[in-house]
Amino acid sequence: MSETSETVVAAPVSPAKAKFLRFLVRDAGVLLALVLITLFFSATAPYFATSGNALKIFVQIAINTVLAAGMTFVILTGGIDLSVGSVLALCTVVGATVMIDENLSPAVAITLALLACMATGAVCGFLNGWISTRWKIPSFIVTLGMLNMAAGAARVVSDNSTITGLPQSFVDFGNLIIGGFLPSIFLIAVLVIAAGWFVLRFTVFGRMIFAVGTNDEAVRLSGHNPDFYKVAAFTISGLTAGIAAMVYLLRLNIGSPIAGVGYELNAIAAVIIGGTSLSGGKGSIIGTLVGACILQVLSTGLQLLGVGDNFKPIVIGLVIVLAVILDAYRERLLRKIR
Amino acid sequence: MDAILSLEGVGKIFPGAVALSDVSLSIACGETHIILGENGAGKSTLIKLLAGIYQPDSGTIAFNGEPYQPKTPHDAQLSGIRIVHQELNLLPYLSIAENLMLESLPRRAFGIVDRKALNSRAVALLKEVGLDIDPRTRVEALGVAQMQLVEIAKALSYDSKLLVLDEPTATLTPPEIERLFAIIKRLKSRGVTIIYISHRLHEVFEIGNRVTVLRNGRLVATRELQGLTVPDLVRMMIGRDIADEYGFDASIVPGTVALSVANLKRDASTPDISFAVRHGEILGVAGLVGSGRTEAMRALFGADPKLDGLVEIDGKPVAIAAPKDAVRHGLSLLTEDRKGQGLLLDMPVDKNITITDLDKVSRNGLLNRRAEVAAANDLVGQLRVKASSIEQAVRNLSGGNQQKVVLAKWLFRGTSTLILDEPTRGVDIGARREIYQLLWMLAAQQKGIIMVSSDLPELMGMCHRIIVFSKNKIVGEVPRAEFDQERILSLAYQEYVRP
Repeated sequence: MSETSETVVAAPVSPAKAKFLRFLVRDAGVLLALVLITLFFSATAPYFATSGNALKIFVQIAINTVLAAGMTFVILTGGIDLSVGSVLALCTVVGATVMIDENLSPAVAITLALLACMATGAVCGFLNGWISTRWKIPSFIVTLGMLNMAAGAARVVSDNSTITGLPQSFVDFGNLIIGGFLPSIFLIAVLVIAAGWFVLRFTVFGRMIFAVGTNDEAVRLSGHNPDFYKVAAFTISGLTAGIAAMVYLLRLNIGSPIAGVGYELNAIAAVIIGGTSLSGGKGSIIGTLVGACILQVLSTGLQLLGVGDNFKPIVIGLVIVLAVILDAYRERLLRKIR
Repeated sequence: MDAILSLEGVGKIFPGAVALSDVSLSIACGETHIILGENGAGKSTLIKLLAGIYQPDSGTIAFNGEPYQPKTPHDAQLSGIRIVHQELNLLPYLSIAENLMLESLPRRAFGIVDRKALNSRAVALLKEVGLDIDPRTRVEALGVAQMQLVEIAKALSYDSKLLVLDEPTATLTPPEIERLFAIIKRLKSRGVTIIYISHRLHEVFEIGNRVTVLRNGRLVATRELQGLTVPDLVRMMIGRDIADEYGFDASIVPGTVALSVANLKRDASTPDISFAVRHGEILGVAGLVGSGRTEAMRALFGADPKLDGLVEIDGKPVAIAAPKDAVRHGLSLLTEDRKGQGLLLDMPVDKNITITDLDKVSRNGLLNRRAEVAAANDLVGQLRVKASSIEQAVRNLSGGNQQKVVLAKWLFRGTSTLILDEPTRGVDIGARREIYQLLWMLAAQQKGIIMVSSDLPELMGMCHRIIVFSKNKIVGEVPRAEFDQERILSLAYQEYVRP
């Protein structure tokens, strides 16, 4: 009898080889896809392989990357956050309102605006997490509610109008391209990803995020409070929505109650394309960055190829579905390897 | 008598365990055949083979003289075998009539349901099982016993030749059981063949013709029920001698009380329970599945809410509202559902082990991977966990090695009292012995051990004392010197036997 069990569990490959294969299937696959897509458009689309176009792509992915970084935490715990788009809108009007206060010096106004954005976002995220864990409601529904509430709040705060007149130094920083190749807002996005990567990989908190997403009941029975980590993940997602709102202000220089419509779907798409499993417990935030790049490269490339605005969403939609299919397939592959 | 169903050398193997092995059995046309066995004896595997949920790995099954190889439950129904599962499969928000004829609703033109025909046929079916209820009633409004009868009526609606009832009386009251038996007798007189699975020994004599006993996936015997007694059945069910695979260590003398529980009450409808375990003692907890053993342990550990009760550790009262409180006070729980509640299946061995106390392998919230890997390797070696590396996902380990990982995670935390719920379920014999040895090592370190098990010989081999649960109550406590299978088993059945 013991013999049967041993043959069943015998590892098919050696540990070192398994490690390499795992890396290939889980992490390198997405990166490879990005490289291939980029090569394809470089060869076929006019102007694609120019430094100007590269800069444009870096600028364009900044907001989505920041949103998707927080979204990665939520999806890793097995949740979903549909509210980040309208929380971003709310944060842009809060931030802009603080920033245009004439009684404050620009430096103070900008600092306060950043804090206000982050606080507003974090409170919205905390509420999402607290409500869904306290009453055991699917986060899909709670954050759908928050999507509407935050959108409404954004109109109330802004009196349903766009807010302009941000300090010139702020606007200048938003247009800054460091060393001629690194847009300031892309740098912010990369820093957010780096922070998320560090937390997920090297901290106890990050380990618990993965564990909760893998099996929250086992985590609870091991003597932890899984709800704490779920609430924390949503709070982080709200916080990054606040940071993304600052990036939005840097890039577009207006606070708008109708900003961010549909942003949540792009953020989710980036996370999923980046290889994080919708069922939680598996994924990487570096993959999320790659996923955001893939989405934007596709979008820009298709545009340069002359694919009409009507067809572009069809292609991007197909890629998202393909990514989810690959995710299921990847799971099966990984199981064989481990 | 002609055989309606015959099994020849049927076997079923799951990864890490043999569920059924070489079972040959013949059910005669028109008889009521009882199948008995302890938990894990292979009863439910056998039913699932008949139901088309599993397919046998070896052997053949013939039904009505023809090969019977259902690939899905639907195939089984088409061939005329109906199974009333222990957990009912009715749709609560549909009416009784709709539930009864869900698979072939009477229709009029354009596929519109013919309500009149539906309800009149339903009335006729309900009458057969002695239910006098409006068939338009929604199933959610029914009691469990009524639902059971609806399930049987549903089985009859397909002109079934063979009816399989899986522990139908598990949740019924005596008058309801009486009624069910009257219906079974009526069906029998109409020529329906019935396979009746139960663990209530007393009731089977009333309805059964023959009995088959399974043990550890093997068929022990098939006998005429007439002339047998309850003790005969018990002997057949338990059978094997207690070979000393357990290694009872008489040199370990239990010390002071490690954990005591007084008047633990789960909810308003369950009785209080009290028990205690000493340092260095292995306390056995016996009882049928559903007797409240698991529930009591979970409530004690804070995994489920409890109404009342005093828990003392080393004589000091402690408040346990959630598992984290229990863990902080040095309790550990190995759950009966290893995969669902014990392990992070898709995570590697090392991360499963350290999850109980990440503070030990971190500083200021930062993980020290090197310390983590070293600690995990240490425990993996100590417990002889067979894995290709500590980075292997625990999903791919065998049952025994998975259980060792669960034990390792509690040893990593450091524990004063362990509660083990079915620690050897689905664990092959080799790993089982290693787990027993490990428990003796822990007992020698003066840890308190509570061992819940459905395997009575295991409890008798391992424990200093056994407490017995029956219908949520602790009905008795048997010291090692007085261990006796029949006595413990009759205690376990005590509250279920009809007066």
